Amino acid sequence: MSNLVNKRVIVPPRLRGWVLPLALLVVWWWAVQSGWSTSPLLVSPLAVWQRGVEQVSSGELWVALSASLWRNAWGFAIGASIGLVFGALLGWSRWFERLVGPSFHTLKQISLFAWIPMLSMWFGLGDAAKIAFIAMAAFFPVVLNTFEGLRSVPREYIEVARVYEFSVWQLMRRVIAPAAAPSIFTGIQLSLIYTWLATLGAEYLLASGKGIGNTLIDGREHFWMDLVLFGVVVIGLVGFVLNWLLTALEKRLLAWRDRTLARY
Amino acid sequence: MAHAGTLSIKGLSKQYEVKGEALPVLQDIDLTIEPGEFVSIVGSSGCGKSTLLRLIIGLEGDYQGDILLDGQRIVGTSLNRGIVFQEHRLFPWLTVEKNVALGLLNSSLTEGQRRATVRDHIALVGLEGFETAYPHQLSGGMSQRVAIARALVNRPDILLLDEPFGALDAMTRAHLQQELHRIWAQEHITMILVTHDVEEAVVLGDRVVVMEPRPGRIRRIVPVELAHPRERASYAFTAVKDRVLQEFSDRSAAELAESPLKPDAQPAPAAQWQFAV
Repeated sequence: MSNLVNKRVIVPPRLRGWVLPLALLVVWWWAVQSGWSTSPLLVSPLAVWQRGVEQVSSGELWVALSASLWRNAWGFAIGASIGLVFGALLGWSRWFERLVGPSFHTLKQISLFAWIPMLSMWFGLGDAAKIAFIAMAAFFPVVLNTFEGLRSVPREYIEVARVYEFSVWQLMRRVIAPAAAPSIFTGIQLSLIYTWLATLGAEYLLASGKGIGNTLIDGREHFWMDLVLFGVVVIGLVGFVLNWLLTALEKRLLAWRDRTLARY
Repeated sequence: MAHAGTLSIKGLSKQYEVKGEALPVLQDIDLTIEPGEFVSIVGSSGCGKSTLLRLIIGLEGDYQGDILLDGQRIVGTSLNRGIVFQEHRLFPWLTVEKNVALGLLNSSLTEGQRRATVRDHIALVGLEGFETAYPHQLSGGMSQRVAIARALVNRPDILLLDEPFGALDAMTRAHLQQELHRIWAQEHITMILVTHDVEEAVVLGDRVVVMEPRPGRIRRIVPVELAHPRERASYAFTAVKDRVLQEFSDRSAAELAESPLKPDAQPAPAAQWQFAV
């Protein structure tokens, strides 16, 4: 018992998530510092840090990162908004579902990366192809979750709307949208995670121009392990921040649901 | 004060299609309900009593016969007719106030009148102070009060209640029955209560309509000529309750007597009928 209490004092619960990464960092630093590893594949954390400082101060990081984020934002905006409309139509209209549902469900089985040759033939290797690819990555999760959200609105709620003579618009705005919102939000969150993965994939596979993916390619080609590792850290951080932002937004918009779920 | 309407149901029949075969749910229902009357409908499950309410509210259509409100045939839903379901069906993303106000979304009131009406109806069901609470913060009984407020906020001619207290515990149920009676007396609204609880039906109703199943028919209408407040333990009350219960226990014998040629008549043992008395 006292042992347990002591542990709590050593690492406060809020900071426990840091224990593993910090421990890894120490092991990594030690492995290089002690000469245990002399492989050029494992540079010291200090070298990565210095490379990072250099990338930031020269402005190269900003150029690469802004290009990637810009692509990511466009691809996400296009893919998610088309996905939202498409998913809503699919969920709203049985007729539309019968018409395009089977095609959609077939297309979604195709690995995203399988589209890259076709996209590069249509759009070249520039931003158009990359954004098209990112938009596709954003599209599918939004469609699926919007569809699911609309279909799972309880019939009981729709009857309430009928009893109070809601118009179609009132039904959508007052009942269906809020009832489906949690599921739609899950779709958007997934889609944002996918787009960031797809942004890197696009930059790597359609290698041209600037971007954080191109920074990685650069590092690999020149065998700058410190640059590669620095790029990986930045990519991870961006993903983390995107997810954190969205979770915060979701908490605000769907506060009622958190409060509801907290009771169960 | 709402102007209560006369509801008359004439030769009403309703059937569902099940695997291409017609399944009769309601058969030849004749019932006239006077303005301001409180009618309870009791019957075992499957007797079509909920379907009858859904037809009156307009959530179901496609029936034979007539359902007239003040001589007008009922088509679809209307703000003149309110309903409280067994589940409260409040929207979890809205506060009590906004849930009640949703009933007024399509009313012709001004913004100020709306606010006043919502406030009045929250007070009517005794929930002052809970205006900004969310449904999950309320007990089952309180949620059902909000549902009653939402149903009444349009000042409907008729309020339909579909086993509204069925999911509540006995104490809360008895209390809400009292409250419902108070609201009915205060608002002079026509109310139709569907329940499987015979005592509830007799406590609240001016008349108790006993229905029997397969297909749903009215078996008997028992008048309850007792003054309010009704004492559940009194002799007169028990006598009426017994009369209603009698209709259930006599079922098999009566059915044989009334329709001796009916091939699928299956006398049910009395013990099978259970009521939350």
